Amino acid sequence: MTTSTNKWISEWLGGLGRVTLLARESIASLFTFKVAGKDLLYQVYFIGVKSQSVVLITGAFTGMVLAAQTYFQFHKVGMDTATLAVVGVSMCSELGPVLTGLMVAGRVGAAIAAEIGTMRVTEQIDALRTLATHPVDYIVVPRLAACVIALPLLTAESIAMGIAAGYMVGVHLLGIDAAYAWHNLVRYTGAVDVCIGLIKALIFGGLVALVGCYKGMSCGEGAEGVGRATTEAVVYSSISILIANFFLTLVLGKIFNIT
Amino acid sequence: MIEARDLRKAFGTHQILDGVSFKIERGESVVIIGRSGGGKSVLLKQLVGLLKPDSGQVLIEGEDIVPMNERSLLRVRAKFGMLFQGAALFDSMTVAENIAFPFRQRKDLSPADVAKKVSDALEVVELPGTQNKKPSELSGGMRKRVGLARAIVYQPEIVLYDEPTTGLDPIVSDSIDKLIIRVRDQLNVTCIVVTHDMRSARRVGNRILMLHDKRIYASGTPDDIFSSQDPIVRRFIDGVSDPKNIF
Repeated sequence: MTTSTNKWISEWLGGLGRVTLLARESIASLFTFKVAGKDLLYQVYFIGVKSQSVVLITGAFTGMVLAAQTYFQFHKVGMDTATLAVVGVSMCSELGPVLTGLMVAGRVGAAIAAEIGTMRVTEQIDALRTLATHPVDYIVVPRLAACVIALPLLTAESIAMGIAAGYMVGVHLLGIDAAYAWHNLVRYTGAVDVCIGLIKALIFGGLVALVGCYKGMSCGEGAEGVGRATTEAVVYSSISILIANFFLTLVLGKIFNIT
Repeated sequence: MIEARDLRKAFGTHQILDGVSFKIERGESVVIIGRSGGGKSVLLKQLVGLLKPDSGQVLIEGEDIVPMNERSLLRVRAKFGMLFQGAALFDSMTVAENIAFPFRQRKDLSPADVAKKVSDALEVVELPGTQNKKPSELSGGMRKRVGLARAIVYQPEIVLYDEPTTGLDPIVSDSIDKLIIRVRDQLNVTCIVVTHDMRSARRVGNRILMLHDKRIYASGTPDDIFSSQDPIVRRFIDGVSDPKNIF
């Protein structure tokens, strides 16, 4: 193995270790209830309410495309009425949480990294520390808590919008029988699928906040450092969502006994 | 009150401090001078635990803060106020919110008490009535004054100033110097000022430490330092560059 590969692996493992330590510190701080309600509420508003439009649009168009593509394939074998069942299960357990996570990683992960990175390069984080305030208590914990609260709610909205949009396309545009389509949707999409989606969303929320905060707090000097931290926050949180999704699918599948 | 023992610090292969030691007594006003990039701000940040030295000790009232973790340091930092080079005001907050920040966890103070403390601190720095302004609406000198108000509002025992007059015109610099002297005398705090502004160093310090070649090169009263015949001290005070190092 070359020296540069060794260095890359060692830096990557070091980064992973530091994110884990940040997570431990944040969770410990979370249970001391030092977070001001006002700060948490503002972050829930910024991360949750302000992300609704982008998440709803993503959910709607994903549901519509999924319904159309599924219909095109199922129509060949005469299974038109199973279309919405596929849309329902896919939106609940996979597409809803993953796409919501990715959209929030792009919008919120970048904003968190840029804001904290700018605070770091302008010495505002050092100022916090001299004012006897732990940066994790004041900066990381409200964002982490807000992401963990907001992501499942946004995912639920995205799932509902995706299924509704898929229903509209399937029934009103492609001509699937409404009664059979609805019957199959309800029959094959269970509460377990929704639970899996919401659990995934909760974990993705934690990942977006932790990666964004870590990248912001460890960003390099100047505008270049903030720019790089922002890009890396989006890239790493998106990749970590996709990797975590695979393992969560396996683990939650086992736990909820999906066969 | 504050003692640095054999502090060493390097960033990568670049050694910044190599065996810095000094002691500051309660109520003293010490100015640390030295060339830009010479490690003055690094030294100041080590005194309050914002940076860890590679080796050495920083004793605050006899307690070594170097091995402390971030949470333990919070208790020690309550004794400090710090004015940063760029003021480091929280730009999402108003002037009043910035100054009231140290009281946000204090349940024993009513909003009226906090407003009174903010107003008093703004009076000290001669900026009354600016409570509702945002940092972006203030000039460089005003930002430093607000930064100072935030640093002194909770009446710390030690105030650190990181290049308080850098980037300000001579008149504003003069007013900041007077402010530092007034804070020192009125609040009876220990002051440590990092600067390369010689006029400021002479006015605000009881003692001057000169950082040169990674160590404390010279130490003495302002009169001692300004009358020194040591060529390195002399060249720094007179602002004369070394002809060999121009390019």
